Amino acid sequence: MKIIVAIKQVPARDSQLRIAASGKWIEESDVAYEINEPDAYALEAALQLKEKNGGEVIALCAAPERASQTIREALAKGADRALHIDEDMRAFDPLAAARLLAAAIKAESPDLVLTGLQSDDLGYGQTGVILAELLGLPHATLIMQVEIQGAGIRVKRELEDGWFQHVEMPLPALLTIQSGISKLRYATLMGIKKAKTKEVKRFSAADLGAAAGAPGITLDRVYLPERVKHTQLFEGTPKEAAAKLVEKLKFEARVL
Amino acid sequence: MSILAVMEQRGGVWNRMSFETLAAAQQLAKDLNTTASAALLGDDVTALAADLQLKQLDKVYAVEHALLKDYTPDAYTIALRQLIEQAKPSLVVFPHSYQVRDFLPKLATSLGKVAVSDVIAHRVENGQVVLVRQLFQGKISADVRFAGDAPHFASLQAGAYRADQIVEGSAPVEKFTPRIEASDIRTKPLELFRESQRAVDLSAASIIVSVGRGIKEADNIPLVQKLADALGGELAASRPICDAGWLPMERQVGSSGQTVAPKMYMAIGISGAIQHLVGMKGSRIVVAINKDANAPIFEVADYGIVGDLFQIVPELIEAVKKAK
Repeated sequence: MKIIVAIKQVPARDSQLRIAASGKWIEESDVAYEINEPDAYALEAALQLKEKNGGEVIALCAAPERASQTIREALAKGADRALHIDEDMRAFDPLAAARLLAAAIKAESPDLVLTGLQSDDLGYGQTGVILAELLGLPHATLIMQVEIQGAGIRVKRELEDGWFQHVEMPLPALLTIQSGISKLRYATLMGIKKAKTKEVKRFSAADLGAAAGAPGITLDRVYLPERVKHTQLFEGTPKEAAAKLVEKLKFEARVL
Repeated sequence: MSILAVMEQRGGVWNRMSFETLAAAQQLAKDLNTTASAALLGDDVTALAADLQLKQLDKVYAVEHALLKDYTPDAYTIALRQLIEQAKPSLVVFPHSYQVRDFLPKLATSLGKVAVSDVIAHRVENGQVVLVRQLFQGKISADVRFAGDAPHFASLQAGAYRADQIVEGSAPVEKFTPRIEASDIRTKPLELFRESQRAVDLSAASIIVSVGRGIKEADNIPLVQKLADALGGELAASRPICDAGWLPMERQVGSSGQTVAPKMYMAIGISGAIQHLVGMKGSRIVVAINKDANAPIFEVADYGIVGDLFQIVPELIEAVKKAK
């Protein structure tokens, strides 16, 4: 079974974000990058499927040179090889970005394509489903479990309010994986060593015959959120702050 | 130019978010000086369509087909595409539900469009809609615009619009029968199920103390339990804590867990990702303790302390004990 996992590189979760002077994005020089956490779960699901059923796991990433580190980490965890679309993606809207990924995926004819459920930066949560439509594949989202069943698969999908549903579909197919469904593995020393010898195939958007093109949506401006509520913040030593808070809870909010 | 709200139902029961979407469609129509319509899909939606007859809408489209009985992304996409081709709305709005996330990007892509997902507000500038959404787990906001021709698509975050602001009126129901073949549908949905009976009903608690990633290790959970005990409240958690198995899933608050609205909700080491906020923002008093002053939890908090929870929570326990 040939599995492609699309992974994105995003600013690290605990980054202190500043708005860039252009007002159109964050200041990128400030932040460290890491694998988008939901995609780490997609990679984990792919590696587990391979361990159970055999086959190949290919990591796919569209991002500039800095993504090399994230790609190496995916290889060190156990992906067999990687496809790196070396491109500054800022001009690509979700559809244009997915077209780029789809071009790289098509050439590989995988049995299964996996993505995380959303990115931690833009958070559109659309790449997987757009890819399915572009590739003409059946799909399902928020997947907790994948079982091979004859020539197809049976997946467990999460719904709202604690409900679940099984869905069956033929292969090839695309799934977006729910976060947190299993423990993420660490790369072993052996894995890190091996990663250095694994193939990373590089493309540009032009190599794939794709371009950003005219966008369907534009990000006009980014800014720190306006506060909905006026938050009373309590300062001082932990003891003082705690005392002030409890006093407010008792006499102002009257919840104690 | 007109607005179409796509409502969501399952087995004849409304997804309540649909009515927030309907309210948003009416407001957008008013702001853009146009009309709003609503659509709902299923095998027989007569009874539900009747709920919409007394709303101020241009039309209610009852999109019916035997193959729309159980949701599939293929059938929903085909049906809505045909409806959009006939009704020609300029903007189609959806609740940002799990189901919509499953098919909206496919529908938009099939028409060469990009949907704006998880919108929290809108405004109109020079006749153009500007949509507000959150980036970086709520730490940054963004204004997004549509480029290119209609139809445009957007999904709306739970709680972003208020269902009680729906304007009453009257609306004719129009049946729409899409052309769908069984062979168009590639996925086979099976029965819905729940994994366990819920032993803890957080929705009944009047005080909830909730713990997030900031707690760092399972071994530190008892600290927050002590605070919950001192306050006489229930212990809850954000998703990562339950995913890690540090607390049972039944104590999870958020879009995939329970929705709560206690008298007081105290968030300890929870940054306040959107998925968490939708589960608790109805709380009367929200208290946040977090080391990051820019954490989105402070946007919904009435009271807060910025600092190290491992120093603050023990002091808080003492102060609460004294005050009681």
